[in-house]
Amino acid sequence: MNSIQPGDVILEVRDLAADVQGKHILDGLDLTVRAGEVHAIMGPNGAGKSTLSQLLAGRPGYTVVRGSVRYLGEDLLALPPEERARRGLFLGFQYPVEIPGVNNVYLLKAALNARRRQLGLPEVDAFEFLTLVRERMKLMQMDEAFLSRGVNEGFSGGEKKRNEILQMTVLEPTLAILDETDSGLDIDALKVVAAGVNSLRRPDRAVVLVTHYQRLLDYIIPDQVHVLVGGRILKSGDRSLALELEKRGYDWVRSEASAA
Amino acid sequence: MASTPTSLDDLVQQKYQHGFVTDIESDTVPPGLDEDVIRLISRKKGEPGFLLEWRLRAYRHWLTMREPHWAHVKYPAIDYQGISYFSAPKARADAPKSLADVDPKLLATYDKLGVPLHERARLAGVAVDAVFDSVSVATTFKSRLAEAGVIFCPFSEAVREHPALIERYLGTVVPHTDNFYAALNSAVFTDGSFVYLPKGVRCPMELSTYFRINEAKTGQFERTLIIADEGSHVSYLEGCTAPMRDENQLHAAVVELVALADATIKYSTVQNWYPGDENGLGGIYNFVTKRGECRGANARISWTQVETGSAITWKYPSCVLTGDNSVGEFYSVAVANHYQQADTGTKMIHIGRNTRSTIVSKGISAGHAQNSYRGLVKVLPSAAGARNYTQCDSLLMGANSGAHTFPYLEVRNPSATVEHEATTSKIGEDQLFYCLQRGLSSEDAVNMIVSGFCKTVFKELPMEFAVEAQNLLAVSLEGAVG
Repeated sequence: MNSIQPGDVILEVRDLAADVQGKHILDGLDLTVRAGEVHAIMGPNGAGKSTLSQLLAGRPGYTVVRGSVRYLGEDLLALPPEERARRGLFLGFQYPVEIPGVNNVYLLKAALNARRRQLGLPEVDAFEFLTLVRERMKLMQMDEAFLSRGVNEGFSGGEKKRNEILQMTVLEPTLAILDETDSGLDIDALKVVAAGVNSLRRPDRAVVLVTHYQRLLDYIIPDQVHVLVGGRILKSGDRSLALELEKRGYDWVRSEASAA
Repeated sequence: MASTPTSLDDLVQQKYQHGFVTDIESDTVPPGLDEDVIRLISRKKGEPGFLLEWRLRAYRHWLTMREPHWAHVKYPAIDYQGISYFSAPKARADAPKSLADVDPKLLATYDKLGVPLHERARLAGVAVDAVFDSVSVATTFKSRLAEAGVIFCPFSEAVREHPALIERYLGTVVPHTDNFYAALNSAVFTDGSFVYLPKGVRCPMELSTYFRINEAKTGQFERTLIIADEGSHVSYLEGCTAPMRDENQLHAAVVELVALADATIKYSTVQNWYPGDENGLGGIYNFVTKRGECRGANARISWTQVETGSAITWKYPSCVLTGDNSVGEFYSVAVANHYQQADTGTKMIHIGRNTRSTIVSKGISAGHAQNSYRGLVKVLPSAAGARNYTQCDSLLMGANSGAHTFPYLEVRNPSATVEHEATTSKIGEDQLFYCLQRGLSSEDAVNMIVSGFCKTVFKELPMEFAVEAQNLLAVSLEGAVG
């Protein structure tokens, strides 16, 4: 893969409209994410935030009605989900599933090797792998016993979210989309998760945070904040927009947009 | 949308790999069943009078019985007069003395199955009593076992050489009156395996038998009897594959285990009979009676099974816990795909004091398959302090499969403890997508999810067999750390 320079376009969504079970969820969404940037997408319930995340990751069940998505110059929508992942697109799930009996470490290693194969690298050496994982777990303040537990099996909500971020820090994706990773976290866990995300920030990577709440953005400072309402981005701005949303809600964005 | 939705159904549509028929001349009795056929079988096998009498008693009892229909399975009526009850590879008079004498085609069949007899036997240290159709044609490692005093031989040979053991133990765990199929088996069984461990002997190797069903329209009526005398220990492995076939084939085996005081029998099965095609045509009907009795104190019987085959499976490996402090275990993975129907489970009968039993059942249903768990835990008044733990999990793949659980509890001693846990989950598009999103292929993802689901059962399998089980489920546990 060619090296990515700061400012290169990583993700470009153009006029994207998508249905789920015959319902219009996304309706003309535009979004450009460049290397080195952190974007926050905020919006009320049902605005299409999760649909956007899942659709970008390739979950079946969404019908693209029009528009295009390019990722690192490729037609993202033409790629099956595993190919997107191998090309460095990571989705931090809002509700990570449990996979009983499958060790966390096993899944993590399989995932890392899938990515490495794509990059033309050999399978990760066992010792190197454990060293890497241990270091990342320290950052995420996770106990080592966790490695031999089943994937998310019996985890608390907070542990599941930490696990998502741990996976992200091990896989080092080019584009991380975090779908409400902050929901259900207490303030300490939130700080840990933020530290994980911040550790990933580099000029050749990008992060898209999908969130309800401004408070995550106290710890992860976004370059851009977008307001997603009714399936499209109605307003974009810098971090101050998030603070304003928290104070005033979303209605003013709607009326401002319909007035325009 | 443009991306390919991954269909679980596609993944489970893989064709049966072992579909072929070995072309070996067989000495087959014409179809039909009456007392003359039974006399013929008994005469052909040179059996003593007590056995013929026993067969005839079983046959007469069978005539009074009706085919059971309580299981959650459906199939067309079986014409018991349309079945040939005896089939043996020809020229048995000069039966092979060693593997070199064995029909090369037969050996080639094992090769196709990935079970090269000689290789496997030597490398894995497993003695293989190969049951090909109904008559055993090769037995290995006999001398090493003989040194230890272990008898491991075809059932018919045991009838000739150890008639006293046969007369003493045959039918004492599964009487000829037990059920319709057991009665039929008792009347017409042709061969099978016999194991006897003398007092205090620990069997020096895993004992293994590979069953094959190979002759068209030949019912298979295997009879297995394993006796572990006081303080002995044996691990027995049974594996099966069968060639592709257009007609349904009946299989009604009986397995009896007897564990005397302080003895342990571990019986593992990996069963891969032809399940029928995508439309449910042509698979094996497997109506088998497996039961073990812990006849002495501190005895232990453990059943572990991985079931992937048969059009219909009707099977309940059970433990009768007669001896005080005896232990019964049942670990099962049953996979049903396409139009397969599995009704399987176990019975734990607690009779002795402080008897313990554990049941772990994992059912996987895919396609249009129906998978039922049926378990009975019975605690008799004599079984003070008895304990049972049952865990029963079902995994559904795709929208058209079904899982059913029928637990029966009969507790007649107030000091008993019985626990039951059951879960049903869908392999979920959610789980699958999660793995895909981490870069795994859908095949790897399904294998990983299924193997995780089965983990507690696979752990119970002997090492060599665990490999077989993994292959059968196309599951890779390799690289799983911790």
